[in-house]
Amino acid sequence: MDERNRKRIEEVIQQEWPRVVATLAGDLGHLGDAEDAAQDAVERALRDWPTTGLPDRPGAWLTTVARRRSIDRLRRAKKGREKLVQLGRLEERLHKTADPDMVDPDATLLRDDQLRLIFACCHPALSDDAQMALTLRSVGGLTTREISAGFLIPEATLAQRLVRAKKKIAAAAIPFVIPPDAELLQRTNLVRTVLYLIFNEGYSASTGGDLVRVDLCAEAIRLAGLLVELTPDDPESWGLLALMELTHVRRNARQDGSGELVLLADQDRSLWDRDLHQSGVTHLDQAMRLDRPGPFQLQAAISALHNEATDDAPADWEQIELLYRRLLETLPTPVVRLNHAVALHEAGRSDEALANLADQELATALATYRPYHIACGQILFDRNPDAAREAFQVAQSLATNEPERAYLERRLAQLPAPSK
Amino acid sequence: MKYACLIYNDETNAETNPQFGTPGFEPMMAGYMAFGEKHGARITGGEALHDTHTATSVRLRDGEIHRTDGPFAETKEHLGGFYIIEAENLDEAISVAADIPHAASGTVEVRPCMVFED
Repeated sequence: MDERNRKRIEEVIQQEWPRVVATLAGDLGHLGDAEDAAQDAVERALRDWPTTGLPDRPGAWLTTVARRRSIDRLRRAKKGREKLVQLGRLEERLHKTADPDMVDPDATLLRDDQLRLIFACCHPALSDDAQMALTLRSVGGLTTREISAGFLIPEATLAQRLVRAKKKIAAAAIPFVIPPDAELLQRTNLVRTVLYLIFNEGYSASTGGDLVRVDLCAEAIRLAGLLVELTPDDPESWGLLALMELTHVRRNARQDGSGELVLLADQDRSLWDRDLHQSGVTHLDQAMRLDRPGPFQLQAAISALHNEATDDAPADWEQIELLYRRLLETLPTPVVRLNHAVALHEAGRSDEALANLADQELATALATYRPYHIACGQILFDRNPDAAREAFQVAQSLATNEPERAYLERRLAQLPAPSK
Repeated sequence: MKYACLIYNDETNAETNPQFGTPGFEPMMAGYMAFGEKHGARITGGEALHDTHTATSVRLRDGEIHRTDGPFAETKEHLGGFYIIEAENLDEAISVAADIPHAASGTVEVRPCMVFED
């Protein structure tokens, strides 16, 4: 059998998988059953397509076969009221799409099915870990091996997590619906949070020597792109996509040749992905055109400003400080307060920065947050080397990856000897 | 589908758990009456429970009955009562549970009831 042909078939199947699952989940209201049906269809395809060739509409082909298998299954299963409802709905949908090759997929229905699936995977009743894993598997179509490699956990652990999540969805009857208007904003924010968590997971591995796990970031960006397609009138979805892209611009410059962490100001800017920056800026513009600012848009704007720094002209820190000040209005979290303080320092207002950082409540909240101590160390470096040393040492004790530890070691060595 | 709504709150807090005869009691009961009226059709069962100090924990080990004074576990929030409700799905059950008066000061645990196919 032609190897290239086989590979092409597998690629097409992996591409169509999430949409097929989304449609079946919409039909059946049950993720496990949807995946079983999709799996049956995939097996048929792997058997038939090598000889018949790829159908014109592979997605429709798979969906129709999956629906037929589901109908067979439901007919043979014990009848409960719920099963009869599912059967009715399936048969109706199948009737509407008689010939698999002639089907023109109803774009709106598919869009809604995909949204329903995303909202179910990102349901607040599931744990963060479960939401991320489920979204990557069912919406992203990643294999369990790919996902577990991304999160640096054993495949068996990840598989267990998925099984439990699907069990909870089934047992508690987490519905496949687009949330009612009253909850839509909160739930969409939650979806964006899950996608951003996935991106962050990929962007900064917290253990091991490999600082950036690129695959998860690329996947998060792809999913953010999907969310934008599905919710094009939501500026924060554009903002999220922009933020991820604009951050991902710098991925190749974060580590130097020996694998050490390179701070933003010291990065080799020739390694920044200028095309991706353009894409991010374009998406941010789309967001801003909708004229409803929000935290992801603000963070994207800040990231864009960082990317615009050159060797001759440092980033526009005054503008960045202003944006952080605005961000604090909706997101007054300790981390944002920290970043704002850093911006104040860079904009020449170090006294204010130090005063903010010294705030008891903030210091307590960030006591185990490495970047807080690193920032304190940076700002105190010249003004108070002893205090800076203390801060770097606390950061070192908290460091969980090699590049960061090594970086702190170098900084400590640069400080003058402790005063007696 | 049936869901159990297990109502947890701090029974030592006189403000949120007013005792019979104290000024807060009537308004609290009125809250539960209102809940019953609003969601009556869905409620298939439920009880208010006496405080946890009235509980006895029972275990059968090696054929012997062990009785301990008090609830199964010492917790900051205590099981004060429960409802069994009918709902289409979890989201519906959650929105019903949120109307239970003590959801505002305590916690309502929403858990699906098992269905045994015959």
